[in-house]
Amino acid sequence: MLSRMADNLYWLSRYTERAENLARILHVAQRLAALPSAYAGASNEWESAIATAACADSFKEIYPDGATRENVIRYVVDSPANPTSIKACIETARSNARAVRTAITSEMWEILNEGWNEMRGIEFDGISQSALTQFLQRVQQMSLRFDGAAYRTMLRSDQYWFQRLGTFTERADNMARLLDVKYHLLLPEKEPVGGGLDYFQWSSILRSVNALTSYHWVYRENVKPWLVADFLILRPEQPRSLISCYLELNDYLDQIAEAYGRQGPAQHIARSTTARLQNADMDQIFQSGLHEFLVEFIEDNNRLGAAITQQYLS
Amino acid sequence: MPAAPAAAFFDEMNVPDGGVRAGYEAISEWLKQAPRELLVNRKLEAEHFFRRIGITFNVYGDNQGTERLIPFDIVPRVLTSTEWQRLVRGLEQRMKALNAFIADSYNGREIVAAGIVPEELILQNPAFQPEMTHFTPPGGIHVHIAGIDIVRVDADTFYVLEDNARTPSGVSYMLENREAMMRLMPELFGSLRVAPVDNYPDALLETLRSLAPRSASKDPTVVLLTPGPFNSAYYEHSFLADKMGVELVEGRDLLVRDNCVYMRTTEGPRRVDVIYRRIDDDFIDPIAFNPGSMLGVPGLMSAYKSGNVTISNAIGTGVGDDKAIYSYMPEIIEFYLGEKPLLSNVPTHRCREPEALRYVLSRLHELVVKEVNGSGGYGMLVGPHATKAERDAFAAKLKAHPDDFIAQPTLALSTVPCFVDSGLAPRHVDLRPYVLCGADGVRCVPGGLTRVALKEGSLVVNSSQGGGTKDTWVVET
Repeated sequence: MLSRMADNLYWLSRYTERAENLARILHVAQRLAALPSAYAGASNEWESAIATAACADSFKEIYPDGATRENVIRYVVDSPANPTSIKACIETARSNARAVRTAITSEMWEILNEGWNEMRGIEFDGISQSALTQFLQRVQQMSLRFDGAAYRTMLRSDQYWFQRLGTFTERADNMARLLDVKYHLLLPEKEPVGGGLDYFQWSSILRSVNALTSYHWVYRENVKPWLVADFLILRPEQPRSLISCYLELNDYLDQIAEAYGRQGPAQHIARSTTARLQNADMDQIFQSGLHEFLVEFIEDNNRLGAAITQQYLS
Repeated sequence: MPAAPAAAFFDEMNVPDGGVRAGYEAISEWLKQAPRELLVNRKLEAEHFFRRIGITFNVYGDNQGTERLIPFDIVPRVLTSTEWQRLVRGLEQRMKALNAFIADSYNGREIVAAGIVPEELILQNPAFQPEMTHFTPPGGIHVHIAGIDIVRVDADTFYVLEDNARTPSGVSYMLENREAMMRLMPELFGSLRVAPVDNYPDALLETLRSLAPRSASKDPTVVLLTPGPFNSAYYEHSFLADKMGVELVEGRDLLVRDNCVYMRTTEGPRRVDVIYRRIDDDFIDPIAFNPGSMLGVPGLMSAYKSGNVTISNAIGTGVGDDKAIYSYMPEIIEFYLGEKPLLSNVPTHRCREPEALRYVLSRLHELVVKEVNGSGGYGMLVGPHATKAERDAFAAKLKAHPDDFIAQPTLALSTVPCFVDSGLAPRHVDLRPYVLCGADGVRCVPGGLTRVALKEGSLVVNSSQGGGTKDTWVVET
């Protein structure tokens, strides 16, 4: 297939996934910010929302006075100064989809087109709390439906595989960033825990990836910080965990290699990152530093993205 | 143009004495018994269908990304198979003559030597491409896809209004209109034998493959080259690529290496043999033509002239379709084919000829005067509609630059009933059939795009000025 078309499919999925993650981040920040300070801990939820959304530097340029509910929402949702605002992600995803109309199914197109049309009808200036919550929910639903439509309607060929590569590269990146922003809360078992004050922070991490219920099913325990880290990094049962994303990435890269009759750096990078996750255990990760581990993972994931681009998309 | 009394126009469905013309019987019957609500519903369904599939055109200069629907009328326009056979013979003849003329224009110019077409009309034509001189494109054919605009004024008279030999558009409407009608009016398709049009993409692909250069394999790779999603006809480009099963490429997807064209794919560069381009000549190769063009492919012209790729239509076909050359088409047909033209031209006065100029100046109030290189109604005088002052001003322009103008009588375009707010009412129509010419012969699917002026009395069918479309049925009688 055309490289540009594969590139469009890959980025279209990355942007849809990113829009969903941004919506989740804001959603959870809203919940935490609404708690009395005795429960929520000392951290500024809006500060960490900006950090998770990976746009802290450009945000500070525009709002040097710090993060408040209003300016963070404004910036993450629709600021023209933010090239990866939720709005910009949806715009880009939709225009990528339009450019590859023939490569996606009409179901996928209609979901994006509808989401885009709906978004254009919203006045974000002075948007009410309830309208904003509804919008964030709609964005998450759009992404879920898009994902489902891709899964259920696309022909299993390279078009599908590149679409999936975009989804999982982005999901792995977002998950690692989310954990990294909260890494200081995710302490190893031996550390003294701050008297339950962080409980809502930990559960908010799970909630932001829709994993609070499934956590209980897997561990049958209270929410404990080291288990939260274990669940979201190393557990293959958890579909958004780093290892799950990489098992998927490996699988799709292998299918591409098989169809094209050759492999390259992308396959090698994905395989070695997967092996590292498979061989790791949480004690070891905490010992050498969770933050360092996550930073390295994000870098490796970026290298994989660059290798995919180099090998197939340009 | 001013509205003339309805009786002055030829109604394609109804005979003045109350009868119905051949081919329309079942439709007329159906319309008579269909309650108004049913027609309203069908009209809404049609709109819903077009909106859902997204058959839209972009509006330029609108950064809101407006994508609009062209209005669709649910009453079909009918041609009997006898009428169609007549048209097809004329269209094939015209296509052959156009190709012969363009080939001659870039070679010996025998038609100039014979004293029929003045040389400056070819050499000074803005669409003339000196690069093409003495170059024979694969198959020896320049125009592979033409849209030939036809109007009707009475039961027997069809005129060719214009030849479009560059990158004619609109064929997706022909196909989607039929798709919509088959859903909306299954009862009519059951009782009438309507000739199918849905083989057009196959016919187009066959035509393009037949034109592959000799260097191509037995299974040549065809691509459709689009300026991109911001082009007003982008829907059509993606639609045709999809129906033909070929890649829809932009300029940046192609590269030229050692005078061969490749597309960038996920498996590395892949050779391209035939390019159906929907980009104008000037933008196709920044090295050979407009250096500012971001749409084209550097080196494409050189690959083309090396004979390693087919560009469809060939470069420089515009020399055959402007209004000045149009007026010579009857002579062009006779000169190359030795035949009488089967389809008439609208009688055209060439203002470059002193006698014609005198005539035009004396009859400005009843003629339409057009600029030779103008389009879309720009630089045009509609005599019967203009004030005395406007005519006088135009006369001065005409005297100063007579070469730039032609004049034609105001035509009484035929009408077909349309379902409008007030019910069924006659509206003026034209017809654009699509003619394909490959190395293996001429193809023309039975039908075309009928454009309709939806405003009462209007003769302007352009979608930018309140025009709509209708499905065109070629019916056995």
